[in-house]
Amino acid sequence: MATLRYFSQFAAGSVRIVLRGNVWYWLWVSALLVLIGIGGAYYVRQLQLGLITTNMRDQVSWAFYIGNFTFLVGVAAAAVLLVIPAYVYNWKPIKEVVILGELLAIASIVMCGLFVTVDIGHPERFWHLIPGLGLLNLPRSLLAWDVIVLNGYLVLNVVIVTYMLFSLYRGRQPNKKVFLPLVLFSIPAAIAIHTVTAFLYNGLPARPFWNQSILAPRFIASALCSGPAVLLILMQLLRRFTRFEIDDRAIWKVAELMAYTMFLNLFLLGAEVFKDVYSNTEHLVFMRYMFFGIGEHTAIVPYMWSSVACSIAAFLLFLIPKTRRNPVTLNIGCVLIWIGVYLEKGMGLVIPGMTPDTLGEIYEYFPSRSELWIAAGIFSVGFLVFTLMVKVATPIMLGEFRAPGAAEATHGERVAMAH
Amino acid sequence: MNQTLPSRREFLCAVAGCAAAASTAGCSDLTHTSWFQSRFREMSDAEKKDVVAGLEKANKERFGKDVTVGIEPPMEGVEFGYALDISRCIGCRRCVYACVEENNQSREPQVQWIRVLEMDKEKGIDFAHADAYYDAEKVPRDGHFYLPVQCQQCENPPCVKSCPVGATWREKDGIVVIDYDWCIGCRCCMSACPYGARHFNYAEPQIPAEQLNPKTHYLGNRPRGKGVVEKCTFCIQRVRKGRYPACVEVCPVGARKFGNLLDPDSEVRAVLENKRVYVLKSELNTRPRFFYFYGL
Repeated sequence: MATLRYFSQFAAGSVRIVLRGNVWYWLWVSALLVLIGIGGAYYVRQLQLGLITTNMRDQVSWAFYIGNFTFLVGVAAAAVLLVIPAYVYNWKPIKEVVILGELLAIASIVMCGLFVTVDIGHPERFWHLIPGLGLLNLPRSLLAWDVIVLNGYLVLNVVIVTYMLFSLYRGRQPNKKVFLPLVLFSIPAAIAIHTVTAFLYNGLPARPFWNQSILAPRFIASALCSGPAVLLILMQLLRRFTRFEIDDRAIWKVAELMAYTMFLNLFLLGAEVFKDVYSNTEHLVFMRYMFFGIGEHTAIVPYMWSSVACSIAAFLLFLIPKTRRNPVTLNIGCVLIWIGVYLEKGMGLVIPGMTPDTLGEIYEYFPSRSELWIAAGIFSVGFLVFTLMVKVATPIMLGEFRAPGAAEATHGERVAMAH
Repeated sequence: MNQTLPSRREFLCAVAGCAAAASTAGCSDLTHTSWFQSRFREMSDAEKKDVVAGLEKANKERFGKDVTVGIEPPMEGVEFGYALDISRCIGCRRCVYACVEENNQSREPQVQWIRVLEMDKEKGIDFAHADAYYDAEKVPRDGHFYLPVQCQQCENPPCVKSCPVGATWREKDGIVVIDYDWCIGCRCCMSACPYGARHFNYAEPQIPAEQLNPKTHYLGNRPRGKGVVEKCTFCIQRVRKGRYPACVEVCPVGARKFGNLLDPDSEVRAVLENKRVYVLKSELNTRPRFFYFYGL
């Protein structure tokens, strides 16, 4: 009962915290709310008229929404890159930011869910997916598996974060026997969400561009580039705008790990390009569409070359110790790799997979205005969720937001308690 | 299975706040596609009757004419097969439009279940150089041949495997069907289909009432709504009553053959016996029940 009372105080206190903020906070929140409103209005229109408001058609029947979904699964999975060194190697400075990674994972999965929801023709029939009520086609359907692992990952991260923050709030040390197995389990879970999402495409022999066994490894590699890039920038923002202390060494360590994953990402891309180009079978057509276009159909070509250029430039910036430790070049590198992976997953994975279609037809897809606004709305929901969670988590981790009666923690205790 | 269904419906009715209606008339009377309607495959006979009555009423209101919705099951000892003679097909697309009329595809935006590909004789069957949008004064055009593609009714259908909710399945007579009221519109099946056979209703299908074919089947040509996938069913509403599919009937050159694969005297068996046949993308192991052959 005491726990319940504490929890209601915790919830009420959290609400008070998110309702308090300076001008910048409210500007940011209002901007997000405006974008959510616009996206929502476009979505209502999409619900009324159907997916005709998108530029998807039978030839390209998955596109921008599903590309964003795929990218965000990667971001969600990336929390793992921080969890591994923090818990497996027991490397101290990074532990303070693991919780941020998990908050990012939660916000990303929320966005993933929204992108899938806006993509389907009958979102109100969601209950057909609930085992018992509806029918979840396991073990055959990969989308059914994806529903399981993504929801599982969401619950896992929510439980870990809530437990850790609630313990700190009560001035207690989180029980290692409870959270450590959960945290360790989140490592394979992160790999699983990305692998299953890759298999969703990979398991379709109708689409030779996706039906290559390198697909899942490439998903993981690119996720381990883009996810930490987002985190590096967030860590610096938090350090700037809150009293949250993040060691430079933590940032450098993540940057160093990213240099390896970026190399791996480029290597796997190279392996795929080699196989397709050297074999020169009819399946080369998809890669040709992606990088050179076919006839006058060249809409995505500039994006693909930008993606490659950004990825290579970012790799060089992260490879050289001097540039990855310089905050300016580090941040440029983060933005570049983020753009590189976003273009590659958002446009370069889904669209060439369906262009030309299974009967050889080329329908040149480019997102409609409605799709772009709805996507902006969903990203705003994600940013808002993340902002609010960080707003609550930061004072808890700084020892400023405590249960009545719980001791105000000193810095040393705080670090000890967090781990 | 049937035992569990009423409780599920009751539960969902309660969720929807219509427990009172459920206890008297049954949920499916409320609209023609009730939110809490269960999967056709698992419906009891009473439930099917109920749902069909609701559909017929709704279609009467929508189109102002009587529409019958059949639920004929597969016939015993029948597995359908199709054979198409590439050497006879002239690319006139009469099959495409006969199909649209028979199966109540949307006229605006246009949905067509059959796609006729124009191919170069020199290249053979080569999708990369095929043209579905040929606009000819007269067909066949010199140097070209024609390959109509529709649902191949695979024995090993990748679309069925990919569906997360089991809204599409293969019936005993070999027809792959879709429950339009169970489909969530995720389009996994469209990504999985190697033949471009599945089509999505991106907008509310428009069919002028006078053009509506009122003889329909639940799993076939009954009017659909937006947001669901549809495809060729070998004209399930016809073939389960012993008739030919519309495309077979309309073909002016007799290129289309159809029949019962289990009947040794059927036309389709004669083709398999006497002609050398070809299936599209055999390397994908989908095992189509749709065969192509060179009859001349």
